[in-house]
Amino acid sequence: LDYQHVQVPFEITLWIMLASLAKIGFHLYNKLPSVVPESCLLIFVGLIMGGIIYGLNDRSPPVMDSDIFFLYLLPPIVLDAGYFMPSRPFFENIGTILLYAVVGTIWNVFGIGFSLYGICQVKAFRLQDVSLLHNLLFGSLIAAVDPVAVLAVFEEIHVNEKLHILVFGESLLNDAVTVVLYKLFRSFCEMPTIKSVDVFAGVGKFFVVGLGGVLVGLSFGFTAAFTTRFTKDIRVIEPLFVFLYSYLSYLTAEMFHLSGIVAIISCAMGMKRYVEANISLKSHTTVKYFMKMWSSVSDTLIFIFLGVSTIGENHEWNWPYICFTVIFCLIWRALGVLVLTFFVNRFHVNTITSKDQFIIAYGGLRGAICFSLVFLLPDFHRKKLFIAATTVVILFTVFVQGMTIRPLVDLLAVKRKRESAPTVGEQIHIRFLDHLLAGIEDISGHWGQYYWKDKLEYFNSKYLQKILLREYDQPKSSIVLLYEKLERKHAIELAQAGQLGHSPAQPSFLCSGFLCSSSDRTVLADQKLEDAPNPDALDNMQEILARHLYRIRRTGPAYNRHTLPGDSEPSERAKEILILRHTNR
Amino acid sequence: QGQAQTGPGVTSLFSPAVTSEQIEHLHRRFKQLSQDQLTIRKENFDSIPDLEFNPIRGKIVHAFFDKRNLRQESDGLADEINFEDFLTIMSYFRPIEMNMDEEQLDRFRKEKLKFLFHMYDSDHDGKITLQEYRNVVEELLSGNPHLEKESARSIADGAMMEAASICVGQMGPDQVYEGITFEDFLKMWQGIDIETKMHVRFLNVDTIAHCY
Repeated sequence: LDYQHVQVPFEITLWIMLASLAKIGFHLYNKLPSVVPESCLLIFVGLIMGGIIYGLNDRSPPVMDSDIFFLYLLPPIVLDAGYFMPSRPFFENIGTILLYAVVGTIWNVFGIGFSLYGICQVKAFRLQDVSLLHNLLFGSLIAAVDPVAVLAVFEEIHVNEKLHILVFGESLLNDAVTVVLYKLFRSFCEMPTIKSVDVFAGVGKFFVVGLGGVLVGLSFGFTAAFTTRFTKDIRVIEPLFVFLYSYLSYLTAEMFHLSGIVAIISCAMGMKRYVEANISLKSHTTVKYFMKMWSSVSDTLIFIFLGVSTIGENHEWNWPYICFTVIFCLIWRALGVLVLTFFVNRFHVNTITSKDQFIIAYGGLRGAICFSLVFLLPDFHRKKLFIAATTVVILFTVFVQGMTIRPLVDLLAVKRKRESAPTVGEQIHIRFLDHLLAGIEDISGHWGQYYWKDKLEYFNSKYLQKILLREYDQPKSSIVLLYEKLERKHAIELAQAGQLGHSPAQPSFLCSGFLCSSSDRTVLADQKLEDAPNPDALDNMQEILARHLYRIRRTGPAYNRHTLPGDSEPSERAKEILILRHTNR
Repeated sequence: QGQAQTGPGVTSLFSPAVTSEQIEHLHRRFKQLSQDQLTIRKENFDSIPDLEFNPIRGKIVHAFFDKRNLRQESDGLADEINFEDFLTIMSYFRPIEMNMDEEQLDRFRKEKLKFLFHMYDSDHDGKITLQEYRNVVEELLSGNPHLEKESARSIADGAMMEAASICVGQMGPDQVYEGITFEDFLKMWQGIDIETKMHVRFLNVDTIAHCY
């Protein structure tokens, strides 16, 4: 038995297997995931595993190594989040998101830090050796909302898009602030004296960390897009580039002490458009599935390890401190959201309702990032207290808040996500509105949101697309397929109603000049057509609209005074198809 | 320079809290565009460099001279507009106010949608026909040499069919769908909250003025 030889990969695989089997187990009971979010169940499984290991070995089970978490488990989740982030609502609300992420986190850190320091002063709690700096350090790691936990919970409750993007965007972007503050306070702990110049250096560092992360991310993103321009002949490794470049951007940012999360998000968002235009359809599907798979595995492992690491002798249970930590987390988050939303609503027409505010405050879940950061703390005698407090806060937020948020959303009748499928017409209208508003802003001489958006698109079409795209390869085939479907559907309807082409001008949606290939004709009779156009095909149409709308226009307005006369075209086509159909029976 | 001359018609379009500051700003812009004349013609819009790259430029400029938007009883196009007309058009883009009730909100929304409807309906017959819709989509997608006209037409056709199914539901084979009327247009825009989307920010009502 040569266990030593295979131990490490064997154990890793066993853990991943356990995680995946647990996931299958949950979904076997249909009712369970709707009541208890998956993250809770996974932590629970982790707790059981930890208990078993503790019982068997009579020592603490393996604690999740912070390196493993930050280097291997976190990047796939953040990459998945960044790649599939709906960019339109994100950028429309970017001001609010940044405000919550930056100002909100700072507010929380100092609020929690100072109030906990106040608690420490009370003699009865025997906490007086915890200094202000330690409290602030603790505050900096516990204040940040965790994207993993937020994703896990919000994905199941389907609130309206704006609310979702606010909470989610905030959880992703507050990493920059957390990194800076955490490192700042940690270095302060080790410095004998702190001068005000150090504080200013800290503030400056924040901008460096955030903007540096964005720059690193974008440069890797554009390089990735450029690389995929040349992959026409080796389609098989295309998906690999997406992952390699994103991971590299994360690692590079971490190497320079910049914010890795911000880097990987900007990389994903920057490269998405161009990469998707360059890679083949199959590669696109591969990227999508691998990303989802990896992030799902990571997510599961994180929660299980959270459960496992809770059991053990790492904790010092000073209940007053712990309870006050939980209370202050809740209070300061609520206050922060209230105050910031008040400011946001003064400048925005689309106000954030108080129901939404409640969900934003309540959705401030803490997760594995805090957990790993607390283990990274330098060893000082109160470290175990902090570990205990962090564990309780995480468990509280994930279990209590995670489980109750769905009934609360129902109870408060928070606006939910619109379930209707997006239509092509809507896309047209929204683009039209974009251009109209850009035009009005130009005319009124105002440099507003649409003006800058227009400028960016112009820059994109003139320079970026030329460099980064292989060619303007539209997925023509799927649109043609879609209209083929509509054509057939219409023809079949006509046939069923017994009509053959005497109809006057019907809305003509037939592809002139395109007939079904011979193999398709025999399939016509048996084919069941769905009512709505297939969403992927719609996406392609929307993609075309999105990609090609900002181009230099021919001068001269086109006033077309001709309405469509009784077009003989559509009826001819229908007749032809039906005749062929009948002959092929 | 003193305050701009505004007729009584204009202030009734704005709520009482609009400051003269914003009207002043627009007046300055108007004078810039008209080169110190009292009226603007279509040619004056050529002097805006950024507008040139806008694909629906023609429709936007046309909208300024459309008599239906200028709340005049007649139909057709005006040759030139004065400052009051300019403000009238701009008023379509004013933002929503906090204290609007249901009815006002509904009217507000209808106003904006009517403006959009007039932009789509270029021959002023009160319906958006298939050809006009095609025209809109072609303009939106114009300038891209790689996109065939066929694709643009097909997209418009598909959108028209969607509109037909929203507005009329299942159509019998005999039915002719002549075009999108204003009521149908309203139905199509139900999902999009145009009251908050269609506004230009500098026309924001000064929030401090509300407090008094």
